[in-house]
Amino acid sequence: MKQNGSPVLSYPSMAENTSDKMTSREIIERLPYASPFLFVDEITAVDESSIVGHYTYHKDLDFYKGHFKNNPITPGVILTETMAQIGLVAYGIYMTKDDTIDKDKINIAMTSTAIDFFLPVMPSEKVTVRSYKEYFRFNKLKCRVEMYNQENKLVCRGTISGMIKSQQ
Amino acid sequence: MKDKAQLIEDLKEIVKPYIQNQEAFDNINEDTDFINDLKINSANLVDVVLDIEDKYDIEIDNDSMEVMLNVKASLEVIQSKISA
Repeated sequence: MKQNGSPVLSYPSMAENTSDKMTSREIIERLPYASPFLFVDEITAVDESSIVGHYTYHKDLDFYKGHFKNNPITPGVILTETMAQIGLVAYGIYMTKDDTIDKDKINIAMTSTAIDFFLPVMPSEKVTVRSYKEYFRFNKLKCRVEMYNQENKLVCRGTISGMIKSQQ
Repeated sequence: MKDKAQLIEDLKEIVKPYIQNQEAFDNINEDTDFINDLKINSANLVDVVLDIEDKYDIEIDNDSMEVMLNVKASLEVIQSKISA
């Protein structure tokens, strides 16, 4: 899903990235997560004021077996994690792209979340996360983050903050 | 120019949302340490510094921010910036 007015990233399959923008793949490769705890499929737009990304919850994800018994619904903590991985961590990687020497070494610690939930997310649903920077100063990134479902209805929203330090 | 007592009162108002130790907050003074006494975490310390910037319309750089760990040091930074 592309947001009006936001710059669109070149796709990973395109020729070598020669601009100073990071591609979706470059950002995702630097995320410190892997399956089964990576909740980012693609970053579709990012600039100095916001980031947009999406993820589809595969119906076979392990937590559906127990949340809930015979009634699979994506847990709120997983929605929060998805918002944080796209809206805080992927964004933090982008924001510090110019001052990391060793690109693989970045320390990110989530320091606070305040999220309100509006709609459930079922197995196989694709969600879009939009995160707007409130500020990034003294290594703290604070964002207003929203998640939408495929019908573009608001699933959850709130604020997420973290401390981001690139190791030099 | 604001006097020290007034600055401490201002600072007390600013740190209020972030404190975790009411007793230390009630007895706030020049020697109060934000982290050890008021139990403000480092992420919220950033908010304290940003609120100080807004309150006095000053800009605090990284070096100043790093020393603003207690009331005394913060007062010194604020006073040097508003008289600059």
